[in-house]
Amino acid sequence: MAEETRDQAGIGRRRLLTYLVAAPTLTVAARWGLGAEAAHAAIPSSPRPSELYDVGDLYKQACEPTKNLVLLEVAQDGDAWLWLHRMEVGQGITTACAMLVAEELDLPLSRVHVPMRDADPALLYNQLTGGSTAMRTVYDPIRQAAAEARARMVAAAAHQWDIAAEQLSTRDGMVVADDGRTATYASLAVAAADPGLSPTGVTPKSAAEFRVIGKPAGRIDARKMVTGQLEYTLDLNVVPDAKPCLVHRPPTIQGRPLRVRNDAEVRAMPGVIDIAVIKTGVAILAETFGQAWDAKKVLRVDWSAGTVDGLSNEDIFAKLEAATVPLAVPGGLLDTIDAEFRFAPVSHAPLETNSAIADVRRDHAEIWSGLQTPIFAQQVIAEELGLPQDAVKVHVVQSGGAFGRRLFHDGAMEAARASKAFGKPVKLMWTRVDDMRHGRMRGPSFHRVRATLAAGQVASYEHRITQTKTDFSHGLGELITAKLSAGAGNYTYAQSFFNMMVECPYNFGVVTEVLHEPEDIILNTAAWRSVYSAMVRGAEELVVDQIAARLGKDAYKFRREYLKHENVRAVLDKVALEGRWGRTMPRGHAQGIALHVEHRSSCAFLVEIDATDPRRPRVYRATIAADVGRPINPLGIEAQMISGLTDGISSTLRAGLHIRDGLPLEGSYSQSHFARQKDSPRDVKVFVMPPSREEPGGVGELPVPAAVGAIACAYARATGTWPRHFPINFEVDFDPFPTD
Amino acid sequence: MPTYTFTVNGKKTTVDAPADLAMLWVLRDKLGITGPKFGCGINVCKACTSHLNGKAFNPCVTPVSECADKNVTTIEGLAEGDELHPVQQAWLDQDVAECGYCQPGQIMAAVDLLKRNPNPSDADIEAIENVCRCGTYFRIREAIKQAARDLARG
Ligand code: FES
Ligand code: FES
Repeated sequence: MAEETRDQAGIGRRRLLTYLVAAPTLTVAARWGLGAEAAHAAIPSSPRPSELYDVGDLYKQACEPTKNLVLLEVAQDGDAWLWLHRMEVGQGITTACAMLVAEELDLPLSRVHVPMRDADPALLYNQLTGGSTAMRTVYDPIRQAAAEARARMVAAAAHQWDIAAEQLSTRDGMVVADDGRTATYASLAVAAADPGLSPTGVTPKSAAEFRVIGKPAGRIDARKMVTGQLEYTLDLNVVPDAKPCLVHRPPTIQGRPLRVRNDAEVRAMPGVIDIAVIKTGVAILAETFGQAWDAKKVLRVDWSAGTVDGLSNEDIFAKLEAATVPLAVPGGLLDTIDAEFRFAPVSHAPLETNSAIADVRRDHAEIWSGLQTPIFAQQVIAEELGLPQDAVKVHVVQSGGAFGRRLFHDGAMEAARASKAFGKPVKLMWTRVDDMRHGRMRGPSFHRVRATLAAGQVASYEHRITQTKTDFSHGLGELITAKLSAGAGNYTYAQSFFNMMVECPYNFGVVTEVLHEPEDIILNTAAWRSVYSAMVRGAEELVVDQIAARLGKDAYKFRREYLKHENVRAVLDKVALEGRWGRTMPRGHAQGIALHVEHRSSCAFLVEIDATDPRRPRVYRATIAADVGRPINPLGIEAQMISGLTDGISSTLRAGLHIRDGLPLEGSYSQSHFARQKDSPRDVKVFVMPPSREEPGGVGELPVPAAVGAIACAYARATGTWPRHFPINFEVDFDPFPTD
Repeated sequence: MPTYTFTVNGKKTTVDAPADLAMLWVLRDKLGITGPKFGCGINVCKACTSHLNGKAFNPCVTPVSECADKNVTTIEGLAEGDELHPVQQAWLDQDVAECGYCQPGQIMAAVDLLKRNPNPSDADIEAIENVCRCGTYFRIREAIKQAARDLARG
C-alpha cells in the first residue's frame, strides 16, 4: 500500500492503536562503560567531557519528556504503520525502526511500514535527525510502543476467547492459543484499540529473545528505489498545479537582490509565468524547469555586496591561523612534535539538491520538503509568513542524501516565500551550481597540534582548531533552543557541542582540545557528517603515526598500547588481523590504520593505497570493523561503513571548494571531485562486532574520522611525506561557470 | 509549439514542447515520469540516465526533438510487470541503495553496460561515471558482477 493513500492526520481520529503517552522520567549522566581500564604503560589522560556525556546523551535527555510520543498504528489489515519522528536520508533508519516493530509485535518485516511523520510541535525537541542519535533515542520508546501493541492484541484475544492472556502467544501477525486457536491481528485490530482493555506483559523482549534485531535485513524501501517508485520531494504530485520554480542567485555568498534590470525581457520568454524578488534571489516560475533555467540565464539583477566579498580560501586560512588560541606547552624545550593542518571547505552536495513544494494561501500554508528539523522549519516559516504555527502544515519527505545539509530548511523557506510572492503553489529546486556555491558547506578549518614526549611517553597532546562558524542556529530542532543559541551566541553552543563530540581515545597525558570560531567570516555552513571529528580526529590519527615513528614504534602496536578502552582494542585488532597489517607492499603502495571513538561506538579502518603517482592516489582495499554497542541491522551498519569510507576518500584526497573573491568556484561534480566508482576500492570487508552493550550506539557519522585518518596515514607512508593540507590534491582543474 | 511523438516505456506519447526543451523536463514536468532524477542538468552526475532506442542516454542534455519517433525507456519501464530485471534484482540482493536517489540512473547505466559487455571487468565497471554521493560504489560493483552471472545463466 502506498504511504500517500494513508492519511496521517486521520489516525488520531480513528484511534485504532496509537500511542500518545507522555511519561517523563529522569536521566542521570552516567559514565559510559566502554571497558576503561588501567592503561598499559602510557600516561593516563583524564576522561574527556564526551566520554562522560556526549551529544547523544544530551539529545536523549532532551527527548525524555516526549519520548513516548511514538505514533504506531495497527491498521485493520493487520499491518503496522510507524509514523517516524526522524527522517530517512539514506542512513537506513526506517528499516532499523521497522525491525524494532517487527521484533516486538511478532509481525513479518514486510508488514511494517515506516513513513515520515509530519512536523509535530508536541514532540518539542524530539523531532531532530542528526548527530547519529536516531537509534539511540528511539530504540527503547519504539520497542515499548510495539510491545504494548502486541500486549493489546493478546488482551483482545483473551477477552474474545475468555481465556487467560498467559495461555496466548504471538507469531507472524497472529495471536495463538495453547489449544491451537488463532486470530490474526487484522481480526483483532479494532478490539485491541478499546481503551477499556488492560493489557499485561508490556515489557519489551530481552536480547536473548531477539529474532529480528541483530539479523541482517535488506532495506524495506529498496524495491521502490530500484523501480523508480520512491518519491522524493519533486516527484510528488501532491499539489497538481504547483509549477517549477528556480531562484537566480547573487555573484557572491549572501549577496541580496536589489533590482531586476530586464524584467520585461524575461517575462516575455516562452514558458515563463512570473518572476519575483525574494530575500535570497529572484524566483522564476515557469511551465517546466527547463524554461525556468533558460530565463535564469537571461536575468540581469543588481545585487548588494555579500558577506565575504573579495575573500578567497588563502585569506580565510590566514585569518583563521591568526585567530588560533595559543598552545599551552612551550615549544623548543622538550621533545615535541608540531603540526599544522588546513581543511578546505567542502559542500554537503547531497545528490538531491535543496528542494521543496509550497502552497501558501492567505490563511494557511502547506510545505513538503526533506527536513532534519521540521518543527523548527514550521515555526520559522510560520513567523515569516505571518501565520499562526498551526496554520502551516509541514510534511517531511524522505530525501536523496543530507550529510547535515537538511538540518536547515533553506529550500522550504524559499519555496514559502516564492509561493507567497506569486500567490501560487510552487515546486522549487536548486540547480547543482547554486547548491555548491550558495548551499551550505563545512567551513574551512586551521589546526595547530603539539605533542610532547618525555621518557619515551606522550606527556601532553594539544589540539587547537579554528574554524569559520558552524551554524547551529537550528538548536535542538525547535524555536526555543534555536533562540537560546542566538542569545548565548553560536560560540557557546559550538563550544559545548565540540566538547560533547570530540574525544582523543589515547592516553596522551594532559590532553587539551580547543575550538575557536572567529565571528567575522560569514559563510553558509551546517554541521557536515561527523562535524568536527572528521578533521580533528583525522589529523590526530596522522600525528599519532608521527609520534609512533618518532618513538620507533609500529603504528598499530603503538595505538594498541596507548588506547584507553579495551573494546576499541578489539576493533583495532580485528582490522589488523583481517587486513593483514604489516604485510609487504609494492613500492609506492602502503597501508594505513586508524580508529575512531564517538557516539558510544567505535570503529577501525585499515586501508591500502596505491600512490605510485602521488597526484592520483587510489585506495584499492579496505578492512573495517565496527563496535556499535547493540547492532540492530548489520547490513545497514555495513552500508554506513562503506559510505563513510567513500566520504573519507572524497574529502581526504580530492573534494573541496575553492572560495575565490567571495564565491566557491566549484559548481558541479566535475569540479568538486567527490569519489566515483573508479576512485572506490575493489575490495572492501566490513566486520560488525557482536553486541557489546544492551543499547545501540550511533553509526552514521562514526566511520568518517577513521577513514580520513587511515587514508591520510596510508598516503603518508606510501609517499614519505606528511600531508598537511586537505584535500591532498586540490588544484583548480576546470573552467568555473560564469555567475550572471 | 511543435509536437513530438515517441514511445515511452512501451506507450506511444505525443507532447507539445519547444524543440530545444531537454527530454528530462518533458518526462518529469510534462509527463509526470519521475524515475529519471535531476542531479546536475549538464551530463555530469548521470542521475537521469535512461535509454534511447536501447542505449544509455542523458535526457537532461538531450532535446526532445532528438527523441522524436524513438523508443525511450526509463527506470519505470525496466521491469516486466512485477518481474524485476535481473539488474534490479541484483540491486535488491546486494542491498545497494542508501538514499536511492542515484540508483535509477546507476541501474540504467549498468543494464547498458551489460548489454554491450556481458562479462565486464572491474575496469569496465569503473568506466561508469554515475555519481553516488552516499558512496555505495562497492555494492554497485558487486551487484553488477552478480547481474552478469545471473544473465549468463539465463
Ligand atoms: S541530471 Fe543528467 S547527468 Fe546530471
Ligand atoms: S544512494 Fe544516495 S546518491 Fe547513491
